Amino acid sequence: MSDSFSICGHTFTSRLILGTGKYSSFEMMRQSLEASETQCVTIAVRREKLHDSTGRNILDFVDPQRYVFLPNTAGCYDAATAVRCAKMGREILRGLENQGADWVKLEVLGDSRSLLPDPIELLKATEILVKDGFKVLCYSSDDPIIARRLKDAGASSVMPAGSPIGSGLGVLNPNSLGIILDDLKRGDPEYPVIIDAGVGTASDVAIAMEMGFDAVLLNSAVARARDPARMSKAMKLGVEAGRLAFASGRIEKSRYASASSPELGVISTEVGK
Amino acid sequence: MNDTASQNSISVVVNGENISLAQPLTVLELLAHLNLASRGIAVELNRELIPGDRHHLIVVQDKDVVEIVTLVGGG
Repeated sequence: MSDSFSICGHTFTSRLILGTGKYSSFEMMRQSLEASETQCVTIAVRREKLHDSTGRNILDFVDPQRYVFLPNTAGCYDAATAVRCAKMGREILRGLENQGADWVKLEVLGDSRSLLPDPIELLKATEILVKDGFKVLCYSSDDPIIARRLKDAGASSVMPAGSPIGSGLGVLNPNSLGIILDDLKRGDPEYPVIIDAGVGTASDVAIAMEMGFDAVLLNSAVARARDPARMSKAMKLGVEAGRLAFASGRIEKSRYASASSPELGVISTEVGK
Repeated sequence: MNDTASQNSISVVVNGENISLAQPLTVLELLAHLNLASRGIAVELNRELIPGDRHHLIVVQDKDVVEIVTLVGGG
């Protein structure tokens, strides 16, 4: 079965976007990316070390010609800083001739404990970056109203959190997330809506995909697993299983049973004389 | 000679750290001075991005604030 989805005109056959942070080593990261069969990875922008640099660079372990890089603005708490961070990411990726150069996973956080987005600063940054030609993929809360506002502002994708970043709590608010899917895809079924953050294990991913999300973005659930490469494979399979189930049309839920075997032709319970 | 050197010497902030330079340098020269490759990095001067093709043109002046960033793992 051929199944693909597009963001900003770029088509992916894998619906799993994987982060590159928090692995115990670059080697472990590379193994996990391989096992996931992802085609798109998130990456962060940070100050270059002026001293005691180890000389090991992430670019030696993740090939910019093979993966679309999705640079993030993680750690930014206001629109102005997020915009500067996005521009620096674009500059680096242009130098690498990476296809994700104009893309940004826009994070504008409101609180360091929950790492939940500041919706007002997020919307402001989205407007600025869209005007500057960025393809903006917005890390959002599960509020349907802000999701709608972000799409209206020109976001290329809205990516609500299933639960707080790195929490492993899975999909906590399926009702609001369902409203977001209904609303953003109404009359625009191809508009990509991605679940971003909170995944703990493969069933969380399958649940999100069964709901109709186009893709899942995750990092900690793989990077911090006891066996990251194996968990990465589990996530790939979870995405595929959930997507197949979504596309197959699940049965209605019912309070009562419905027999799977024919009710007619059951052998007699009578006892002979 | 010492007078000339001290007249020309400047102090800049790079990634939050005070650095003295014997003379003003272009961004390209500053990167070389810091032993940084220009692949995989971006440079901001006073909060303004300096595109790579202008690194040889823009001169870092006294009291300038420079940010030099690269890619790291992230989610």
